[in-house]
Amino acid sequence: MAGPSGPLDLGLAAARDALRAGDLSPVELARAYLDAMETAAELNCYILPTPERALDMARAAGARLAAGEGRALDGLPIGIKDLFCTEGVATTAGSRILEGFAPPYESHVTENLWRAGAVMLGKLNMDEFAMGSANTTSHYGPVASPWRRADDPAARLVPGGSSGGSAAAVAARIALAATGTDTGGSIRQPASFCGVVGLKPSYGRCSRWGIVAFASSLDQAGPLARTVRDAAILLAAMAGHDRRDSTSADLPVPDFEAAAANPDVRGLRVGVPREYRIDGMPPEIEALWERGIEMLRDAGAEIADISLPHTKYALPAYYIIAPAEASSNLARYDGVRYGLRVEGEDLDGMYAATRGAGFGAEVTRRVLVGTYALSAGYYDAYYLKAQRVRAAIARDFAGAFERVDAILAPTAPSDAFAIGENDDDPIRMYLNDVFTVPSSLAGLPAISVPAGLSARGLPLGLQVIGRMFDEETVLRAGAALEAAAGFDARPAGGA
Amino acid sequence: MAYRIEGETGAWEVVIGLEVHAQIVSEAKLFSGAPTAFGAAPNAQVSLVDAAMPGMLPVVNERCVRQAARAGLALDAEIARVSVFERKNYFYPDLPQGYQISQYKRPIVGEGHLDIDAGEGRRRIGVERLHLEQDAGKSLHDRHPAKSYIDLNRAGVALMEIVSRPDLRSPEEAGAYLRELRSILRHIGACDGNMQEGSLRCDANVSVRRPGGDLGVRTEIKNLNSIRFLQQAIAWEARRQVEVIEGGGTVAQETRLFDAARGETRPMRSKEDAHDYRYFPDPDLAPLELSDAWIAEVAAGLPELPAAKRARYAGEHGIGAEEAARLAEEPETAAFYEALAAGRDPRPAANWLLGDLSGALNKAGLGLADSPVGAAALGGLLDLLADGAISGRIAKDVFAEMFETGRGAAEIVEAKGLRQVSDAGAIAGVVDAVLAEHADKAAEYRAGKTKLLGFFVGQTMKRTAGQANPRAVNEALRARLDGG
Amino acid sequence: MSLDKATVRRIAHLARIRVEEDRLEPLAGELNAILGWIEQLNEVDTSGLEPLASVAGHGLPMREDKVGDGGDPDLVLAGAPDRAGDFYAAPKAVE
Ligand SMILES: [Mg+2]
Ligand SMILES: [Zn+2]
Repeated sequence: MAGPSGPLDLGLAAARDALRAGDLSPVELARAYLDAMETAAELNCYILPTPERALDMARAAGARLAAGEGRALDGLPIGIKDLFCTEGVATTAGSRILEGFAPPYESHVTENLWRAGAVMLGKLNMDEFAMGSANTTSHYGPVASPWRRADDPAARLVPGGSSGGSAAAVAARIALAATGTDTGGSIRQPASFCGVVGLKPSYGRCSRWGIVAFASSLDQAGPLARTVRDAAILLAAMAGHDRRDSTSADLPVPDFEAAAANPDVRGLRVGVPREYRIDGMPPEIEALWERGIEMLRDAGAEIADISLPHTKYALPAYYIIAPAEASSNLARYDGVRYGLRVEGEDLDGMYAATRGAGFGAEVTRRVLVGTYALSAGYYDAYYLKAQRVRAAIARDFAGAFERVDAILAPTAPSDAFAIGENDDDPIRMYLNDVFTVPSSLAGLPAISVPAGLSARGLPLGLQVIGRMFDEETVLRAGAALEAAAGFDARPAGGA
Repeated sequence: MAYRIEGETGAWEVVIGLEVHAQIVSEAKLFSGAPTAFGAAPNAQVSLVDAAMPGMLPVVNERCVRQAARAGLALDAEIARVSVFERKNYFYPDLPQGYQISQYKRPIVGEGHLDIDAGEGRRRIGVERLHLEQDAGKSLHDRHPAKSYIDLNRAGVALMEIVSRPDLRSPEEAGAYLRELRSILRHIGACDGNMQEGSLRCDANVSVRRPGGDLGVRTEIKNLNSIRFLQQAIAWEARRQVEVIEGGGTVAQETRLFDAARGETRPMRSKEDAHDYRYFPDPDLAPLELSDAWIAEVAAGLPELPAAKRARYAGEHGIGAEEAARLAEEPETAAFYEALAAGRDPRPAANWLLGDLSGALNKAGLGLADSPVGAAALGGLLDLLADGAISGRIAKDVFAEMFETGRGAAEIVEAKGLRQVSDAGAIAGVVDAVLAEHADKAAEYRAGKTKLLGFFVGQTMKRTAGQANPRAVNEALRARLDGG
Repeated sequence: MSLDKATVRRIAHLARIRVEEDRLEPLAGELNAILGWIEQLNEVDTSGLEPLASVAGHGLPMREDKVGDGGDPDLVLAGAPDRAGDFYAAPKAVE
């Protein structure tokens, strides 16, 4: 529960200003978070806290700030999804197969963050290889959301996934902000479940170099934070061209914070895609969406009904494309060069034993689906078909963006569910991403902003999707929603 | 005459297609910044990308792309404006990513051809495609009883796979094709062509049929690392297939290895599961697009190819076809020859290079690059000969000395006083003395025994220790003897 | 298209993942459910649509041919589960 105001109550922008003003030292701030992390250890947000590193980094930031050489993120303590390789710090991707692996290199995104002065609190839990929507597939155990249902306070809820540790940590205030990755909704859906802001940038905005690959044509890093502005500040530091990633966009990084600080949507044309009104959508989601439309309309936006005809097929197309790429991306975990090895009767036996023991059930399922979809005789029927559908989806969006500047939709089709729920039904689990996957397939930037509470008292997010590389409009519209929604509910659990 | 295998039931024709893997000359690997040099310490040329560390990504090397395009243009082939890198998925310890990045449906180079002459005139052999791909690492199976040791130095090095049409009809043609392909690649500097070091590897697809009949079942012989082995393997394999068919059996479509010690092929122990490589476009790499301007620039930078050189040497230079081919095959030889022949009579230049110099190098076990006599030095010798400053016989001695000591021709000639005497007065004096000494023979000559001219020439040369210009001696003798 | 046990076994082998014999049947069921659901893609008329493999929105950048990596066997060998000197070691596979 919210106690008297302390350092943990400062958002990223506010903490930054307090540090610069000298009202607070980076070490004090880091200590506050490290203490809170211990208190909230039962949420299992962190696979690996890195307190010593955090304090070292905080001290260095403090010295720079004292010398008047403060950098963009100096002294701001953040958590890192354990999909980002961090030099000399164990990186697991939530999988047993990377047991013992400590990369001798730093991902481009985290390198950018450290260069900007950010402080690493630790490595955050996640679904294994980012495959999941509930953070229940992690080898390191599920993450519990700090939120509780009003009608069943004892039930432990999922934080969403795959960036579940990131979202839960930000919600529980055991990280000022966090990095996440989004392949089909893995930043936005947990942000919605946990009542925080999550932004998936355009494909190519953040370098994928040093991020353990799940589905290369979809993976994007992005921020999870308390506010749209905080997310913008973090994204500005994460983003940027990297010649080591052939898919990285060679574009300047706009002033995202300025965009977030200017929630003026007057005249902005906002599309409402009719195909997102799916069968069986809970009325409270539909109502939230209606409220979101009203908020933007009241703020001066022009609302337009639009059509994205292939929406329904995004999810099944995704569940061919992502597993196919994953089946190949995960072939390198073979027990030869790093990570787990389990001996077998011969070479193939070693491979099979290592990968059988190293991969969990969901990863195995997806690798098998992907292997099958690419195998002789099925490639055209599954893989090429899915890519053609992907083209149709991208074309839908391109058409819509001729008429509108942004698209408003719910982030997820429900509020958070209990740990263990949906685990035995992959397809029901996959349906969590029904509203996030289409924009992922098209590579578009999208933000989830907490906009209200469900009947059970759980957060619900709304999503704004923008044109390719137009994060600024996404941030602007997101900030407008944020301002109008005035979401200030806090979870029961956490620090 | 067409190559035929005479079986018990009649004659058989051999049909051969070659797949050549040529290592591209580049400093760094195809998708990483690790070096490519041969013979480094194990795993000393391995980047994080080559070791397939999590999150590592490929970025294509421009020079490797350029080299493939150069090779394609040299094969008179179409360069694809759009080609696609795909992943070929399979598990093997020396394949760190679990896939090889290769080109499959859309290679960088399409149909081309090259011409060979294996003794039956010029024949045009089709090239089906050329594509870029990564090499695998090396597995060492003999260091441990139960384990393979893996060296990834070669993992990720750029290869061109060049696939011929099944247009070859004899081991000799296959050898000629490989020799010509190697020569082209070496001339354009795309591959060093070193088969011992594995820079050029060849697989042969071999089948037999009745002459002109339907194609038979083919076998693929892997990893032939010399032209001689290629030819032996094809001859042996074709003969084996004929025996199988004539014995009432059928040829199995399989992969075979050539056992050089026994001179025969044998089936590779194949795995029970059929290969299913699950090719798909590499999502880390967008399609490779090449502009017309880029291709034109690459084409403009191509050097003269061996076929054009052969034609020019045989035509403009008047060199015999066989010598022209020898001069043009290796770029070092051609460059040496062209430097030597520049501003000189090409024929003695060719003769000295292919004759005396090659012979001396062979004897000394040296290559042209290590020759103690360079083109400029040999040119100096040729110039002394052409000027008549030394005789051909003296030139051989001077050359031997040059080869041994590395000294220049003029220096040797001056130091040893070997300069040919062409001065008419000096020669006339010697001629007079010779005729005086052999007055009897001079009379015989004048009486009609003109064959004695050679005798007088010999005597004159002897008195001048071989330094007299033979032509001047001839002229002086004739003037005295014939002129009265 | 329906996967049977044998197909699951074959796919698992292709993917080099050990699946216990008693898991094959249930796994076939799960995969069939997923693939069956995916088959709704066949309702989409995709004629005239090129498969979309990348949304990067730019061509393929190329790197200069310059050496800037390698030279440090320990860097890549340090995490090897079975290291033999400067080699990786793996169970023997003979071609
Ligand atoms: Mg081949
Ligand atoms: Zn190949």
